[in-house]
Amino acid sequence: MSRPEQLAPPEVFYNEDESQKYTASTRVQHIQAKMTFRALELLNLSPTEHFILDIGCGSGLSGEILTEEGYQWVGMDISPSMLAVALNREVEGDLFLSDMGTGIPFRPGTFDAAISISAIQWLCNADTANNDPKTRLKRFFNTLYGSLKRGGKFVAQFYPANDEQLTSITSAAKVAGFGGGVVIDDQDSKKNKKYYLVLTAGQAENQVNLNGVDMKGTERPGKKLTRKQKKDEETKKTYIMRKKELNRRRGKHVANDSKFTGRTRRPKF
Amino acid sequence: MKFLTTNFVRCPISKCDNSLKAFPLQYKNCELIQEELEFNPEFLANILDRLNWEAIIAVAGDLGNDSLPPTKPENVDPKDPENEQLLKDLHTLLIETQITEGEMHCGECGHIYYIKSSIPNFLLPPHLV
Ligand SMILES: C[S@@+](CC[C@H](N)C(=O)[O-])C[C@H]1O[C@@H](n2cnc3c(N)ncnc32)[C@H](O)[C@@H]1O
Ligand SMILES: [Zn+2]
Repeated sequence: MSRPEQLAPPEVFYNEDESQKYTASTRVQHIQAKMTFRALELLNLSPTEHFILDIGCGSGLSGEILTEEGYQWVGMDISPSMLAVALNREVEGDLFLSDMGTGIPFRPGTFDAAISISAIQWLCNADTANNDPKTRLKRFFNTLYGSLKRGGKFVAQFYPANDEQLTSITSAAKVAGFGGGVVIDDQDSKKNKKYYLVLTAGQAENQVNLNGVDMKGTERPGKKLTRKQKKDEETKKTYIMRKKELNRRRGKHVANDSKFTGRTRRPKF
Repeated sequence: MKFLTTNFVRCPISKCDNSLKAFPLQYKNCELIQEELEFNPEFLANILDRLNWEAIIAVAGDLGNDSLPPTKPENVDPKDPENEQLLKDLHTLLIETQITEGEMHCGECGHIYYIKSSIPNFLLPPHLV
């Protein structure tokens, strides 16, 4: 199966047809919701942090979860068709037609945090003659850094095509001033393996939640968790389950339960 | 686009990066609607710190509202019932007032960004990237 990034530029790939198909698929809905919850878990926001940017927001599947969690959000996307679907679904966030590779159009210190679900790998594409991935990654991370408040955080689930892309993404983030790394969930499963870029713009009051993630050590896939780490994760999970149960009872759309065990993560920079 | 967002959005063209005139954008020929949305006093009290009140006044003026208080309300405790009316007014202005059609002009480079069906278009023509 070829990657969408190899087929056409994003605004062409996500045309009217594909945008509708994408959004209507319950499989897609579940997996995007699950990854959004995981991104929020990694972000570990304090209860007072509310203003969030969703980069590559598409039709609002990720944004709807931000609304459920009580956040105000702004979404940006390059595909008019995806945004049209978002409009029709009456999502609560503000929608911007905007290319992340040309810069984040917000003044310094605007957002508490930013998320991006399944989008930033598109920055590695050279679709047109003047799309230089290196320049675009640089512009993206520099302006994103600026638009976050000091201590602001960014978590992006993404699909790197290869190690080279992984490296160009993390090094552009680092050059822009971000600290952090890449968390890999389900490393041993070819199908479920997921990459999360987890970044902080300056010192955060509430650190990102890297429970069980060893940022400095080398890869230790079979590493046993300490009792304390196990306990931390237990409580986090129980907490999420409780919240999801609450939302279910309120009749809201809630993602299926899953097992985000704190397994196998790999340090990056 | 919510009125709130006008207090944060700026011209993304790189030669305007360091210009003080690239924010706030100037709003022209705008159509507005009021949309009823959930009242969240904590969010409002929290975002208040971050608001640039001069820009709020400038943009409200662009949109035909010249009756805002000249200084920003400070230290607003969302739990204090005395603040409820103030926060409700802020909610009406910032969250429920939305621009559905219109133009945003950059004061530095003059570029015009259009808002259509509530969505501002920030795609840049290749020569401005
Ligand atoms: C797989 S969809 C994910 C949408 C949404 N985050 C979700 O979870 O359902 C990827 C999105 O990234 C957007 N995208 C790709 N390149 C982009 C760019 N350069 N700027 C903004 N959005 C982009 C696409 O248009 C598409 O809507
Ligand atoms: Zn400009």
